[in-house]
Amino acid sequence: MAENVKPKVRVPKSASAGEVITLKTLISHPMESGQRKDSDGNVIPRSIINRFTCEFNGETVIDITMEPAISTNPYFEFEAKVPEAGTFTFTWYDDDGSVYTESQDIAIS
Amino acid sequence: MTITRRQTLIMAVGAAVATALPFGAFASVEDHITEFTGGAELGNEGLTLTAPTIAENGNTVPIEVDAPGAVSIMVLATGNPTPAAGTFNFGKLAGSQMASTRIRLAQTQDVMAIAKMSDGSFVQATQEVKVTIGGCGG
Repeated sequence: MAENVKPKVRVPKSASAGEVITLKTLISHPMESGQRKDSDGNVIPRSIINRFTCEFNGETVIDITMEPAISTNPYFEFEAKVPEAGTFTFTWYDDDGSVYTESQDIAIS
Repeated sequence: MTITRRQTLIMAVGAAVATALPFGAFASVEDHITEFTGGAELGNEGLTLTAPTIAENGNTVPIEVDAPGAVSIMVLATGNPTPAAGTFNFGKLAGSQMASTRIRLAQTQDVMAIAKMSDGSFVQATQEVKVTIGGCGG
């Protein structure tokens, strides 16, 4: 079980209808690859976040399959279209079954 | 010096092992490509893969993929013990078919991206990244 997992997202406070905005997400997670060994030579078991999704009012923006090659504290930057005011929901799925979510509202200016 | 039958045999085995090792890693990359594309032919236009030519720290190598009109983009680190790095699937509200992240690279290698376009075709882009300190250390 990964500890102190803390998602951070950056979403603009407002956008005009139909505007394309940039979203940035970061989550603190060790992303243990399953390739490393401890000081006794035992393989440290894999423990990563294997999937990340971003939705806006229930519609998918991006759905990312993550493999052990994704760095510690996974960072993603991508763009989304904002057709109306609503909520962005970000979800991270951990190997251990934990699900981390974060949401952010956006207004139409 | 005469070469005995036994020595010949040992050399042959050694050569076979030496060729089999890199081929094994290569086959796995091929498997990922085939699984993603279904054996379709890969074009070279329409996908931009941005990665540094030299990465001092293989633990976090920033990469960016951009393929207008793509449905999904798969990124492969061809020289890693497990070559798959991630697959970006773009939804209905994606503002563009662009995404960036940070990946681990075990050694100097080619990073490869394959995009599946909305018309069902596939394009690829490859860039070599020289890694000073590998990112899979133990």
